[in-house]
Parts: sequence; structure tokens; C-alpha cells
Amino acid sequence: MGKEKNENVIESSLKRKYKLQAKDVNVFYGDFQAIKEISMDIKANSVTAFIGPSGCGKSTFLRLFNRMNDYVDDFRMEGKIFIDNQNINKKKVNVEQLRKQVGMVFQKPNPFPKSIFENVAYGLKIQGIKDKTFLKERVESTLKQVALWDEVKDNLNKSALALSGGQQQRLCIARTLAVEPSVILMDEPTSALDPLSTAKIEELIHELKHKYTIVIVTHNMQQAGRISDYTAFFYLGEIIEFDKTNKIFTNPEKKQTENYITGRFG
Amino acid sequence: MTNLDQYRESLKQSGLEMFELCEKQMLKSKEAFLTHDSDLAEEVIHTENRVNALDLKIDRDCERFIALHTPVAGDLRFVLALRKINFDLERVGDHAFGVAKYIIEINTPIDPKLLENLRFVEMYDSALSMLDDIKDAYIDDDTKKARKVYKKDKVLNKININAFKVISEEVKKDPNLIDQYLLLFSIIKKIERIGDLITNIAEEIIFYREAEILKHQKKKKVRKPGK
Ligand SMILES: Nc1ncnc2c1ncn2[C@@H]1O[C@H](COP(=O)(O)OP(=O)(O)OP(=O)(O)O)[C@@H](O)[C@H]1O
Ligand SMILES: [Mg+2]
Repeated sequence: MGKEKNENVIESSLKRKYKLQAKDVNVFYGDFQAIKEISMDIKANSVTAFIGPSGCGKSTFLRLFNRMNDYVDDFRMEGKIFIDNQNINKKKVNVEQLRKQVGMVFQKPNPFPKSIFENVAYGLKIQGIKDKTFLKERVESTLKQVALWDEVKDNLNKSALALSGGQQQRLCIARTLAVEPSVILMDEPTSALDPLSTAKIEELIHELKHKYTIVIVTHNMQQAGRISDYTAFFYLGEIIEFDKTNKIFTNPEKKQTENYITGRFG
Repeated sequence: MTNLDQYRESLKQSGLEMFELCEKQMLKSKEAFLTHDSDLAEEVIHTENRVNALDLKIDRDCERFIALHTPVAGDLRFVLALRKINFDLERVGDHAFGVAKYIIEINTPIDPKLLENLRFVEMYDSALSMLDDIKDAYIDDDTKKARKVYKKDKVLNKININAFKVISEEVKKDPNLIDQYLLLFSIIKKIERIGDLITNIAEEIIFYREAEILKHQKKKKVRKPGK
């Protein structure tokens, strides 16, 4: 094998290490610039936490990875977002396909007003999958994955809206997982949950990490510390510091980061 | 000031109280020993209870600080360091207490000639001045001051090693002196330990200020500014 080819192999495997990449990204809502020149590389099979004060652009930045901002009037973006080295803003990109690959979980659980079963099977059904046994198996394995199976297995036809908040959130995660994404974006997924439900979701995130790349926005510093490998501190549309979580929480480089995580901001 | 700042400040104050208490114990035990004052020695022995009580209080307050405020970064390093500093100071107090107990047990004063041979007072004073330096370093969060104690600790180590040689020679000349020398030697050992404890405290101060761990490092060079 020639030297040149060798180097190409090395380079492409280095690139593949990063599941998600942002390059020189600017985001505007009309005249207002919400994201300022952010570049960021996120490794596969890692959990990355976004922290920072309200309005600093965490959700805006997170939503770039599955093009959820596309719906917003006045939204405009510069720069590039790559997933597995593919520029996701190219015209030829199928956004439906992209969202299947990049699942999202929101702050407030948002199950459909359908049965528990239908909620989990939803994504598969719209893909045209009709095979009953396949659907049943997938629903069961996904509900087990989110540790909800034992609680709901006898009531799969009950309305999802009758579940508790914590159960609904786990159901929404199951709905996301059922279509087998490779990236999961979570925007404050536990901010409305009690400590026990929160612990269950955190445990789940910890397990999911082996198969998925997870990015989570959280206002809970301890949560960021407990579950993430990397932490990015956002402030006024910029990333002030992005490093291993244990570095950020024991000895951050920037004074601003330290002030924020120790609750001395402003 | 945030709630957390207030709590941290009060922990810092308790730590300072511990420094002052242990420093006084050291001073009094030295005084009591040199003047063979058993009343003063009794006082040191009595005050040991206060040292222990304060040690427990600081430990408990550190635990609460961690449980209630979940400190991170500089705050976390501070509370971790304070627990160790407190532990080290308590041991310093123990040694002062140990010296005071000897004073009660022996009935004749030590011959000043022996003290001079062993550089006993010089050693005691160096330890006291180390303690004073490290207390200042703690008050001002000043790692430069903290680093000063390493040099002084070398003096203690030297005197300690030297004492061994002096004693073995002197005892050959006059075997009757062996009891007094052994007593002095065990006190010298204690002071040498106090020096080590103070350098531990210096490491803790450097850790919480600079996030740098010096423990178990051989011959650490001075850290360049800004890393
Ligand atoms: N649809 C929109 N139209 C106009 N401005 C918006 C829109 N969405 C967000 N913004 C603005 O962009 C900035 C970043 O908002 P974003 O929701 O990303 O912040 P955030 O960090 O997620 O905050 P929080 O922690 O409160 O959720 C804010 O100043 C916000 O007002
Ligand atoms: Mg948000």
C-alpha cells in the first residue's frame, strides 16, 4: 500500500471518530445573532452536555443537528454541520431520513394521544413496516431498553397520556429509539421530573451511550457532571469552554466557566 | 454574597481558628518544656479537648457543605483541602499534647547544655515559624508563602539527623545522660513530624489554589506562571 493511500486511511478514520461536527457556524433570527462562530467536534458514543444561562443559544445550537430550526421564520444559518462527515444542509439530504437518524427528546414529554403501543410503533409504522410480530418485538425491546416495560406491559393499549410525567418521558425516549437513530439530542429532558424519574433517565442515558451519540442540554450542573463525558459552556451565543466534563467541574480553564458552575454568575 | 460563599467563608474561619489553637498549643508546650512549668503543661493537656472538638466540628461542617451545596471546581478543592489541613493540624496538636505529657512525667529539668548540643530550641522555633508562615499562606490564599515552608522543613530534617549523631557520641562519653537524651530525641522526632505535617498543609493550599497535586511528586520544580 502506497504512503499516500495509508495517510488517506488514517485521515478518514480520524474524521470518523467525530460523529457530529460544526464548522464556523453562525445563526441569526432576523437581525439577532444567536450563535457566533461556533466550531465543535463531538465524538461517537459519547455524552456531551451543553450548559449555560438561559438564552445563550443551547437549544438553537442543538436543533441544528436535526434541522429543527428550519421551521422557524427568520432563521438563517452560516457555516456547516456534518454528521458522519456528511453535510446535512445539502439540498439532496432527505430531512425525514435525517430526523430518523437523529432523534430528539424535549423538555416536556410530548406523547401522542394514542396508546402506549402506538406511540412506540409510530415511527416504524410511518416507515411502512406492517409486520405485527416485528412491531410487537420492537416495541417490547425498546420499552425494556428504557426500563418501562415492567411498568406498562399489561397496559400497552392504555392511553400514553395516562402515564406519569417520568413514564411519559421514558416513553418518548422509547419512541425515539424505536427507529434506531444513531444520535439522540435531548433538550432538558428531566427538568420536569422528580429525582427518581430523573435517576432512571440518567441511568438510561448512561446505557444508551454505548450505542448512540448523545447531546443533552441541561440546567442541572450535577446532572451534567453525573452523565456527560464532555461539557460545553455556552454564553451569549459563544462556546466559552469545551472540555472533558471532569476537567470542567474540577478545574475549568476560564474564570467565566468557574463562576457559572459554582453559581456565582453575573 | 451567596449562601455558598457565606458557608465557605465560615469554613475558612473555622480552619483559621484551628490554626491558631494549634499554634498556641505548640508555643505553650515549648514554653512549658523550657521552663519546666507543669501548670502550663497541664493547660496544654486540657486544651487538647478543644482541639479535638474543633476538629470534629470542621469535619462535620465540611461534610454538610458537600451535601448541601454540592461544590465544584475551586469550591470543591477548597473543602477537600480543608478536611486534610484540619486533619494535619489536629496531629500537630497531638504532638504538642505529647510534649506536654512528657513534662508532667519527668521530674528534673533538662540540662541546657544538652539542649544546645541538639539545637533543640532552634528546631522548635523553626517549626513554629513554619506554622506561622503556613497560617499566613492559608489566610491570604498565597501559594508563594506556602512554598516557603519547604526550605524551613529541610532545616528540621537536618537537625533531626544531626541529633542522632550527637546523642550517640555524647552518650558514649557519659552514659548517665542517656535518659535525658532519649527524652529529647523523642521530642525532636515529634517536631520533625510536625514539619512534615506543615509541608502537607502547604501541598493542600497549593492544590486548592492552583489545582496542582504535589503529593508523591519527587523534586517538584517551581511552577511556571500561567502553566
Ligand atoms: N424562534 C426564535 N425567534 C427569534 N429569536 C429566537 C428564537 N428562538 C430563540 N431565539 C433567541 O435566540 C437566543 C437563544 O435562544 P435558545 O432558545 O437557543 O437559548 P437557550 O440557551 O436554549 O435558553 P434556555 O436555557 O432558556 O432554554 C435567545 O436570545 C432567544 O431569544
Ligand atoms: Mg433551551
